[in-house]
Amino acid sequence: MTQTQTKLVRIVTAGSVDDGKSTLIGRILHDSKALMSDQVDALSHARFSRAEEGDLDLSFVTDGLESEREQGITIDVAYRYFATPQTSFIVIDAPGHEQYTRNMVTGASNADVAIVLVDASRLHQGALKVQTRRHATIAHLLGLKVVFAVNKMDLVNWSQKVFQDVEESLKRLSRSLGITNPAIVPINARSGDNVVSKSPAASWYQGASLLDILQNQGDGTDLSELPFRFSIQRVVRIDGHTKAAQRGYAGRIASGQVAVGDEIFVGPYRRPTKITRIETYDQSLDRAEAGQSVTLYTEDEVDAARGDLLTNGNVAYANRITADLCWLDDQAWESRRRYILQQGTANITSRIESVLHIRDMQDLSEVRGDQALKLNDIALVQLQTQTPILADLFQDNPKTGAFILIDPDTNQTAAAGMIRGVA
Amino acid sequence: MTFFSRLLHLDRLESEAIYILREAAAQSRNPALLFSGGKDSAVLLHLALKAFRPENLPFPLLHVDTGHNFEGVTQFRDETAARLGERLVVAQVEESIKRGSVRLASPTASRNAAQAVTLLESIETHGFDLLLGGARRDEDKARAKERVFSHRDAFGAWNPKSQRPELWDLYNGRLQEGENFRVFPLSNWTELDVWTYIEREKIALPDLYFAHIRPVVRDGAYWRPVTPVTPAAEGQLVEHRLVRFRTVGDMTCTCPIESDAADVSAIIAETRLSTLSERGATRMDDKVNEAAMERRKREGYF
Ligand SMILES: Nc1nc2c(ncn2[C@@H]2O[C@H](COP(=O)(O)OP(=O)(O)O)[C@@H](O)[C@H]2O)c(=O)[nH]1
Ligand SMILES: [Mg+2]
Repeated sequence: MTQTQTKLVRIVTAGSVDDGKSTLIGRILHDSKALMSDQVDALSHARFSRAEEGDLDLSFVTDGLESEREQGITIDVAYRYFATPQTSFIVIDAPGHEQYTRNMVTGASNADVAIVLVDASRLHQGALKVQTRRHATIAHLLGLKVVFAVNKMDLVNWSQKVFQDVEESLKRLSRSLGITNPAIVPINARSGDNVVSKSPAASWYQGASLLDILQNQGDGTDLSELPFRFSIQRVVRIDGHTKAAQRGYAGRIASGQVAVGDEIFVGPYRRPTKITRIETYDQSLDRAEAGQSVTLYTEDEVDAARGDLLTNGNVAYANRITADLCWLDDQAWESRRRYILQQGTANITSRIESVLHIRDMQDLSEVRGDQALKLNDIALVQLQTQTPILADLFQDNPKTGAFILIDPDTNQTAAAGMIRGVA
Repeated sequence: MTFFSRLLHLDRLESEAIYILREAAAQSRNPALLFSGGKDSAVLLHLALKAFRPENLPFPLLHVDTGHNFEGVTQFRDETAARLGERLVVAQVEESIKRGSVRLASPTASRNAAQAVTLLESIETHGFDLLLGGARRDEDKARAKERVFSHRDAFGAWNPKSQRPELWDLYNGRLQEGENFRVFPLSNWTELDVWTYIEREKIALPDLYFAHIRPVVRDGAYWRPVTPVTPAAEGQLVEHRLVRFRTVGDMTCTCPIESDAADVSAIIAETRLSTLSERGATRMDDKVNEAAMERRKREGYF
């Protein structure tokens, strides 16, 4: 088979528990013929199924753990794969419970689009649930495109009035987050109305089906058009200790392009050198671009190591940055503690100097002050690092503008971070 | 604003796997790559060459051998390691049985689940702290839940209810003494991706992946292979059928499918049309219980 240019779309579900996220993923896979007959068969016999006789509990397509099925909830993210002729999809089903927010963040960080679901039948005077707001906020902070699905329209008799109330609330939420023109689709995940194909149930709805909307979004920004960034994963030594010994730098190009002869710079002190060769296992390339795993050879002995960064020189490094954090650790932030900041393959000692604000999920207001950061908090902080780090902003380059904080004593991943500015 | 790279589908998967392999090697002290001679591990080994040649691999190959292998698979395993000049460590379930750490219900009982015990013993003996495996999320509903860097506690157990967060492609491979990681570079590959990659890269596989005549007996929806450890029962009709294996595992629980696909391109065509999942069509071990894979993994399985 020859490879065709298929678009990759990575989708994550979001929204409060029981609003129908897992059922929706099951429905998308089922109606796209992405489930195998033995898998459907297994669903029809599954223990703990909530479906009526002769029907399938489609949430079990992704709720695959014993305890998830027993409790009827999603605990951790599941990844499923399917393709249409133009698009290959990764669908990621995330849990709705606040307690499992870190798993939702995990799923969202590996997605491009979030479907935020709302249960149309359970909105009191259009008031959205805290988890709906929290998940929409996280998805937006992580740079995902947000699409809203108003689910369980069957329970409100496909009332246009109910839909419009929910729509109004979602538009208000979008405005406060800075999401422009979000798609808002009325659906029934259980029966599939407006999911893969448009349903006659809502003649008043003028938009496309959910899957069509997901499939036909704009492409976004081509990573190869951004400045060149390359984190060294491994130093390769050819001919060991001989005079002709050569050092190569293996890694994956995070963004931009590189060509033989290009001048590049190593690390914050910008030692310049030139690219002499670009190698893969079985090829010598003239140029390479974002996403490719290659080994780069340079003209001079630049003494670079794992964790060092190669750039095109068009770059800012800083010791102090501001960043959005999602706190993921059961252990709260402790102001005297150091955390390891992992950015690309670099590990740098860091410290949170101050919490600029924490977001209140009730009204999305920014609460000022030096409160402790604890599990599930979303905050803007000022960070100090021991050595300067690359200060690409997350919104300009998510490959280099993202980092994690690791607690060096427990090894836990304590926070997901997104660089927002140089302090 | 969303971002994308221009790589084609297989190139993207290949590059991601190489990236993961390099992270795994860099973030561990004493890693190993699980190599059974099956198609997924053959692909994984090929990707490891792409990640580390011209140097030798920074880890040995490890096979947890149930001793119940189909013909040709162990030769393929040994010849591959020898041809590449890479070190092969074989951990025998038989040895665990002799030591008494594995007790089988009967001498011919399936040794599939026992692999977890032998694997954990081998981790202890060799001090491995990270094992690379060829498992894919599309294989099974429990696997679909697993991280690329999957943390295992000091008992080798997977705890699906408290997995470490895994953000973007920033893998945190830090461990406490005695714990280990299982790392799955093919997490995002499907069965079809594996076969199209095998075709593109011309990766060699054992013969039993291709259509051949084999003695089998009917067992419900399966054709059960007739082998020394799985002989036909009294009065069972032994038929010679044209079959191939979609997965290659322990003889006691792996069944072939009827197929005349004699080469990779025919297999790809068949895979595109198949209405049965890979494990659903071939693995008896998952039929025993709905959560068979999850339970094995909690006990330390790959
Ligand atoms: N009536 C109705 N029920 C639905 C719909 N979508 C999901 N459900 C039911 O809502 C419950 C929760 O669904 P689930 O997918 O587990 O929600 P999650 O927690 O968001 O993943 C299940 O009993 C579903 O069958 C829908 O569109 N209409
Ligand atoms: Mg769910």
